[in-house]
Amino acid sequence: MPTKDIGKLTIVAAGDRELVMKRAFHAPRKLVYEAWTKPDLLKRWLTGPDGWTMTVCEIDLQVGGSYRYVWKNRDGNEMGMGGVYREIVPQERLVATEKFDYAWYPGGAVLTTTLTEHGGITTVETTVTYDSKEARDGVLASPMESGVTAGYDRLEKLLATNFA
Amino acid sequence: MSYTISGGSAEVQNLDTTFTALADPTRRAILARLVRGEASVQELAEPFAMSQPAISKHLKVLERAGLISRGRDAQRRPCRLEAQPLAEANEWLERYREVWEQNFSRLDVLLEELKAEDARPKTATTRQRRKTHKRK
Repeated sequence: MPTKDIGKLTIVAAGDRELVMKRAFHAPRKLVYEAWTKPDLLKRWLTGPDGWTMTVCEIDLQVGGSYRYVWKNRDGNEMGMGGVYREIVPQERLVATEKFDYAWYPGGAVLTTTLTEHGGITTVETTVTYDSKEARDGVLASPMESGVTAGYDRLEKLLATNFA
Repeated sequence: MSYTISGGSAEVQNLDTTFTALADPTRRAILARLVRGEASVQELAEPFAMSQPAISKHLKVLERAGLISRGRDAQRRPCRLEAQPLAEANEWLERYREVWEQNFSRLDVLLEELKAEDARPKTATTRQRRKTHKRK
């Protein structure tokens, strides 16, 4: 993989109900997997936007086991989510359901995460499959901003990179 | 994962139809052509080994999503790009992307730490430090 692509996050909307996120890390798969599945490590990076921290991180890493994450921001607002593991192939593949406490979107989603390593670079690909078409875009709809017009550069970039 | 408050149902539907419309390479190519200026159905069909009715089907999807508008001239009915729905879709993705980029930057830092720890000869002290994970 070209060096410039390590650290580049791609997010692609696929079909009518999926998002695929891909990111490479300069680390062996074993460590990336640990950082992804050990609560004390996960809490250090999966914190979301500025001002939020992860206050709860519980992981029962086995098929049928559940996980629970709760984030809290400076104003005291909380956001919780959780799910159940459906498939686990250590260091290779994780499939789990996802559901937010506050219904940001109807139903839930299934997250499939795969890890592949080549020459010390680990690529993590996460496919989020929402229960419905409406769900994928629904809760994530941004508020309408009147008078927003995209420049031609932005349009071309959008077409080329986000919807490959 | 998203931290934005959801909008009303009209916005939900708009984003949904926008993404569906964009999830097709022919339609994306049509939009890319229209970025350069309006065009007739014949002009749009030209680059594709596709009949005009087939192209018209795609144009209907794009029109329903509000991504293009059609002129009223009965003969030509030129197609024009409408930017608003694309701008909205782009904004949502940018916000989602920002959050994840921040998460992964932090993960990069953590991974450097873990690699360094792994490289050090294992002693009882190192094992203890890994267990407690004190922030430096």
